[in-house]
Amino acid sequence: MIRKVWRWMVIIFVLLFLYLPILVLAVYSFTDATNIGAIRGFSVHNYVTLFTTPELRSMIAGTVALALGSALIATVLGTMGAIGSFYSRKGMASAITTMNQVPVVNADVVTGFSICILLVVVLGISKDTYIPLVAGHVTLCAPFVFLAVIPKLKQMDPSIYEAALDLGATPFTALIRIVIPQIFPGILSGFAMAVTLSLDDYFVATYTKPATFDTISTYVVNATKGAQTTIKTALWALSTVIFLLVVLFSAVMNIRANKEERKTV
Amino acid sequence: MEQTTNIIELKHITKTYEDGYSAVSDFNLEVKQGEFITFLGPSGCGKTTTLRMIAGFDLPTEGEILLNGRPITSLPPNKRPINTVFQRYALFPHMNIYENIAFGLRQKKTPEKVIAKKVKKVLELVDLEGFENRSIDTLSGGQQQRVAIARAVVNEPQILLLDEPLGALDLKMRKEMQLELKEMHRELGITFIYVTHDQEEALTMSDKIVVMSEGKMQQIGTPEDIYNEPINAFVADFIGDSNIFNGIMTGKLKARFCGGEFACVDDVEEGTHITAVVRPEDVTLTSPERGNIRGIVTSVIFKGIHYEITVESGKNEIVAQSVHSARVGDRVGVEVEPDNIHIMIAEDHTNIFAAEINKNYELEYNGTVLPVALTDVIKGSSILEDGTLVDSRGLEIDPKKIRVKISIKPQDIELTDDQEEGLVQGCISNMIYKGDHYSYVIHTDLEQDFVVNDEYLWNMEDQVGLVMPVEKMIFTVKK
Repeated sequence: MIRKVWRWMVIIFVLLFLYLPILVLAVYSFTDATNIGAIRGFSVHNYVTLFTTPELRSMIAGTVALALGSALIATVLGTMGAIGSFYSRKGMASAITTMNQVPVVNADVVTGFSICILLVVVLGISKDTYIPLVAGHVTLCAPFVFLAVIPKLKQMDPSIYEAALDLGATPFTALIRIVIPQIFPGILSGFAMAVTLSLDDYFVATYTKPATFDTISTYVVNATKGAQTTIKTALWALSTVIFLLVVLFSAVMNIRANKEERKTV
Repeated sequence: MEQTTNIIELKHITKTYEDGYSAVSDFNLEVKQGEFITFLGPSGCGKTTTLRMIAGFDLPTEGEILLNGRPITSLPPNKRPINTVFQRYALFPHMNIYENIAFGLRQKKTPEKVIAKKVKKVLELVDLEGFENRSIDTLSGGQQQRVAIARAVVNEPQILLLDEPLGALDLKMRKEMQLELKEMHRELGITFIYVTHDQEEALTMSDKIVVMSEGKMQQIGTPEDIYNEPINAFVADFIGDSNIFNGIMTGKLKARFCGGEFACVDDVEEGTHITAVVRPEDVTLTSPERGNIRGIVTSVIFKGIHYEITVESGKNEIVAQSVHSARVGDRVGVEVEPDNIHIMIAEDHTNIFAAEINKNYELEYNGTVLPVALTDVIKGSSILEDGTLVDSRGLEIDPKKIRVKISIKPQDIELTDDQEEGLVQGCISNMIYKGDHYSYVIHTDLEQDFVVNDEYLWNMEDQVGLVMPVEKMIFTVKK
């Protein structure tokens, strides 16, 4: 009995530790408080500000567009890399896999800084073209897509590609009609991971973004330093919305994965 | 089969991998239009590699492949009018059966109406009418294999390649599919090239069998030829049950093997080392005084239409098939008609003898335990904590049901004066000088003849011990 109580206490403690901070923010986002502390009354004005302030709206739209765009490019590159390495000779394949590991482990600040040096300082590409920013985020995400796709390729029955060739398909048709559909779940989860990574990123963006553009991360960091209270409290609302979206997304992914598992059993 | 056009020719095909391993070497083959030809051999003999080179998945390092007289050696697989049925079916899991079968036709831009008609027809051929919209994972193994065959056949290939297509099916299903495939071959009239390691399957289905071992063609011929006139000990051992003995010609149409002298019909020069093959159904058991050799019945197994009787004569084991039963422990004579003894000139004099498995799962010969683990001899096997021997699938192996044969080359045996040092003892019954060494025949105390190469001169009738290092022995397991 006591053991059972202990077990529950530990679970509750861990959950509180994980979720209490965001719960506090969520509660405060629905009040008219200007500081964490005294609560005077319920209000949705934070949400109104969030969705009506043009500055905030364009910042959110820009961040999402950047995330989707760079994730798309990273997914194409990462998938191509994975397929290429999978069908390479053994030595080549392990060389590519090892090289792919380095940017995964490397600190974001190093990635961001070195891309900035190469593209902006050495090659003289202006930050205003968005090229350094997109290139930075693609570099950040592509290795993770590679990692998500490789296991699906390894699970695939290698003879189905040969079977497609045998039935008269060109290697390209076989790739598009047979191999890609087989590894699609891997590509999808790679894409999802790329979107989250891009949304999360702060360091690469600070080094490579145009001066007039802000992602959510860079904006939040700047805003919390400033004195604009309405914006600051609106960010509580933003955090809550992002949190809810993430919860929804994870739930959907989990249900999908469960379904697939049942299908294969 | 009186057609004379060769649909496919393989000329001096060699496949060597980067690490120097040669999967196929100098392979030559001509296949006639409409033939059912089978590549038969143990795993790793190069049969699948040869098939993959015909399909175009692997390129030969040397040699040429001709299709209807035109070279196709480096043509990619999608340009060859050849289709393959894969061992593990290789169906496309994300497509339904209709789409799987239509895939090849779609690549040729066939109109949808024609595709629908052809798919329907081929599904009838494989007895899967109305399965069009089913998904792959709702089918049993046998049904999946039929879809795989339909998917290949619907393209009307000139040659159909089948890579152990029945390997994943259970025995009953396999027998059924064998007959169905044979029927399909007759109906379609296209050339089938079939790969299997199952000799019975090959004998049942083929017009012609190619027996392969270690990347080389051992023999090619009709099933009857291969069964009745095996060209060497490997083929004889691989096809059907056989009693194989090393021996020597002792006179005109007279051979000595298995501890006795037999009349035979093959005219081989006296003194030649030979390998004699006798099929179990050709062994006649008689009363002791009438037989060429005598022995004691050690096992009788009822096999439905006959009894399989094992007779031990000295250390030689002779397996006989008879409609009459015998009792274990009976003393019998063994008689073989001269024309049922197949004599082959032994190109290599590899000595083959049977080892016994004792209660502790150790290999034993002549009362000596061999320093080798049984789990190393039987591939994938292991001994569980409770002491039972299991195979790679975890099923228990009954040591009484398996036979372990040891082969050792003449140059790997050493003769010694100290008889106790040898694994077995015997006396020298024949010797031939071969330029730089002597080739001796030693008749052992266990009534078996061993061929030993030795550079030192011994005398006829010398009593010697035979030292056989375990690391030079090759073990084969027969169930």
